[in-house]
Amino acid sequence: MDCSHVFEFKVNRLIVAFTLFLAFFAVVPSVYAQTEAVDSAVVDSANVHAEKPSSEGANGEEKFDPTAVVMEHIADSHVWHVAGNFAFPLPVILYTPSGLEVFSSGEFHHGEADHKGKYNTYRLEEEAKGQSVSQNFFNKQIKVVGADGKVDEAASAEIMDFSITKNVAAMFLTVVILLFVFTAVATAYKKREGKSPRGLQSFLEPIFVFIRDDVARPNIGHDFARFMPFLLTIFFFILINNLLGLIPIFPGGANVTGNIATTFILAIFTLIIVNVNGNKYYWRHVFAPAVPKWMYIIMIPVELIGILSRPFALMVRLFANITAGHIIVLSLISLIFIFKSLAIAPVSVAFVIFMDVLELLVAFLQAFIFTLLSALFIGMAIEEHH
Amino acid sequence: MELVTPSIGLVFWTLIAFLFLLLLLKKYAWKPIMSAIHDREQYIDEALNKAELAKKEMARLTAQNEDLLKEARAERDIILKEAKTLKDSIVNEAKVQAQNEGAKLIEKAKIEIENQKKAALIELKNQVSTLSLDIAERVLRNQLQDKAKQQELVTGLLKDVELN
Repeated sequence: MDCSHVFEFKVNRLIVAFTLFLAFFAVVPSVYAQTEAVDSAVVDSANVHAEKPSSEGANGEEKFDPTAVVMEHIADSHVWHVAGNFAFPLPVILYTPSGLEVFSSGEFHHGEADHKGKYNTYRLEEEAKGQSVSQNFFNKQIKVVGADGKVDEAASAEIMDFSITKNVAAMFLTVVILLFVFTAVATAYKKREGKSPRGLQSFLEPIFVFIRDDVARPNIGHDFARFMPFLLTIFFFILINNLLGLIPIFPGGANVTGNIATTFILAIFTLIIVNVNGNKYYWRHVFAPAVPKWMYIIMIPVELIGILSRPFALMVRLFANITAGHIIVLSLISLIFIFKSLAIAPVSVAFVIFMDVLELLVAFLQAFIFTLLSALFIGMAIEEHH
Repeated sequence: MELVTPSIGLVFWTLIAFLFLLLLLKKYAWKPIMSAIHDREQYIDEALNKAELAKKEMARLTAQNEDLLKEARAERDIILKEAKTLKDSIVNEAKVQAQNEGAKLIEKAKIEIENQKKAALIELKNQVSTLSLDIAERVLRNQLQDKAKQQELVTGLLKDVELN
């Protein structure tokens, strides 16, 4: 069957969509300039009518900073924002030289109040005062406040923040979902032994089989079964975190896989599994490659860098893909507020829907790529050379 | 730089959460799931192989049945033929026997008839002789009622004797 006309049609549509998208941005600077002109005019008029000061009016004209909004959304937080002014306070766990300190982040009252703990007084504070608002807005950290009411940087450097932040809470949610789903599926397998899968079991089985037959088996070889638990866990962990991150409302919206700490740990797991299972051929390839001896000076460092760069690439790829997706979606939404016009909303929403669908693909794709490359690296490490 | 600097808290909790997840899922989910899938696949493969074997066996049996049927038919034909020959021979034999028997009976009947005929003839002879003697006696009596005639007869008789 010849479907090329459909493909052409879709391609044309994509081209049109992207052209419109680019054209839209070409217009942005001039519109931006206009709004700024309007802004300044409004501010001027407000200054002129200074005898009737209105704090409300001043707030209404507060300059919208899309970078701050975007960064706040993709960064971690000590509270989990639900809607409006309501946010779930999350537990703060601080490791201080004197001992462990546990309290609720609600004590900070959205960063407006200090909390007096057992050992110190703490304040939710921006990292560095020198930076512009857009750079440090998302950058709220817990700092120690000295007796003089000022932040004590030396003491702050000594505390370690092990708080259950928004990302940690979202990750725990993922863990609970995964445990719940897969123990249920495992029970189904035990109950219906030897029978055809049903319900959730039949929905997930193609994925299990796909990871086994198309990811693990071709890349790892005959000994793939040993690594299946790791590959499956990492796939579903990334996938569910990606998908939850795409949901804009509570309990989604956390940018877990778009946080470098998460991807760092996942990559570390791959690194450890690859190198623990590496056989003598793998290590010979690293420390005694088949090159002239004098080349070892170059080759060994290159190979060692290679060992580290592979998981590093995994870490950055996942982090960058997911973060980029979140940034694009939020930027598109921000356009409505940049233009201060409801007329732009349909355009923004259309592109957000497009991006969300694309992100849905990316969510699966990145989980798949992480799993595939982990399998590939494991396969390279345990490959037998005859 | 905050964006690309891993925070210690999240690193720690991710490590704990992922390790926990990995170990629990490995024990309670992946092992049973993967072994169940593996077992089922093996079972399906086995069943398919068995089905294939059964099919072959079936084909073999059908062929065998056909052979048996053919053999049976051939045998039946042979038996029928034999029976026919047997029948023919029996009929022929019976015919021959019947003919023989018939011939014997006819022979016997002929002998009997001959015997009867002989007996009848003897009896007839006897009767004829008796009758003729009787007749002769009566005639003689009649004739010999006078003396002349008796004389004549004796002379006639004597003449005959002389002639002999």
